[in-house]
Amino acid sequence: MDRTTIDLWVGVFVALGIAALLGLAMKVGNLTSNKIGDTYTVSAAFENIGGLKPNAPVKSAGVVVGRVADIKFDTKAYEAVVTIKIDERYEFPKDTFANIYTAGLLGEQYIGLEAGGEEDYLKNGDKIAQTQDAVVLEKMISQFLYNKAAEPSADEGAKASDEKASNAKSTELGDPPF
Amino acid sequence: MQIIHSILIANLARLLRSFGRRMIERIWRLGAAARLFFLTIIYSGESFRRFHLTLREIYFTGVMSLLIIIVSAFFVGMVLGLQGYNTLQKYGSSEAIGVLVALSLVRELGPVVTALLFAGRAGTAITAEIGLMKTTEQLSAMEMMAVNPIARVVAPRFWAGVISMPILAALFSMVGVLGGYMVAVPLIGVDDGAFWSQMQANVDVRDDILNGVIKSLVFGVACTMIALFEGFDAPPTAEGVSQATTRTVVISSLTVLGLDFVLTSFMIVV
Repeated sequence: MDRTTIDLWVGVFVALGIAALLGLAMKVGNLTSNKIGDTYTVSAAFENIGGLKPNAPVKSAGVVVGRVADIKFDTKAYEAVVTIKIDERYEFPKDTFANIYTAGLLGEQYIGLEAGGEEDYLKNGDKIAQTQDAVVLEKMISQFLYNKAAEPSADEGAKASDEKASNAKSTELGDPPF
Repeated sequence: MQIIHSILIANLARLLRSFGRRMIERIWRLGAAARLFFLTIIYSGESFRRFHLTLREIYFTGVMSLLIIIVSAFFVGMVLGLQGYNTLQKYGSSEAIGVLVALSLVRELGPVVTALLFAGRAGTAITAEIGLMKTTEQLSAMEMMAVNPIARVVAPRFWAGVISMPILAALFSMVGVLGGYMVAVPLIGVDDGAFWSQMQANVDVRDDILNGVIKSLVFGVACTMIALFEGFDAPPTAEGVSQATTRTVVISSLTVLGLDFVLTSFMIVV
């Protein structure tokens, strides 16, 4: 085969490969959606961060405004110190509230920022004072059980009729009566 | 009793001997392959100085494999879309179909299936060609003319394979994603935006795409080198070449699958 024809086909081949790689990076990968311009860094201390990971999104009103840069453990206060990079375009008041939320029931965890009302804005190196920890499912369940266990002793009289009602209900629903 | 005993021992000894001989031969071949690999690297200057040699081989290994790669990628993507939808829809998360298709293609199926197809399509051709060159004493003739057959024949094919494989794997992944899209969005009716946005949120450029490219590069080196060595080492008979071609496919496939596990265990941080 002619040498120029081969060159042409190999050129087409390489161009296709580059196009596929670019397509993978742009359309399939997170190269475009992950783009955050210049950032400033603030930190926040949490007693429990749950399953928060570096590079998790930081959202405000559902919009991604930054990423978690770093998570450290502070041995003095026994707290987790989370460093957050926020896009320079977005400014938050000094009394902004930082929560750890979970996306969906089993989704990844992210930091939600709720803006406060102060005039001054957070600057590079500032610390967010008000934080709320991640919800730990086991704690919630044990709290719930604790409350449940405390309930009947408070009202002994209502217990019997309550039980009857609940029994009737559960059999109605087809559950086996225990 | 005595006779049976001695026959048993003699048979056992023969078995052990043949086993040992085969093992020693395997190890010898491994050493020879490693030597060929190093010689190829050392003598690969000419395949870049006279780049048209390599271009010609890229045409034969890469460009000619385009059709099989693209068609199989499209079908693999479509099957992934169908199967994934079928299972995901039971959990009420059929929008995650894009993530499933993209991650399985970019991380595993793209590099691995491309390497397997490459071994069957291009590896066998390389082995048969070099084996036949050896059988018809073309390689010896080159040496007679003071042309180094490794620099002139082996190295350009090696670099052509190493260059072609990542390109083919990237194409495979991209076409596969498009195949999955064709099934999921127009055919089944998954939301178009959710398909792409979930995919983009969960496919990382460095952790997933770049690792896939690294995998395909390693597979490219392994597959091409195995094909070249089998051809170079083939007994110079018709039967020898045919057996070498078979071995190329078998050894390449096993190596690719084994290497895939090793590479994945390096890449996935547990």
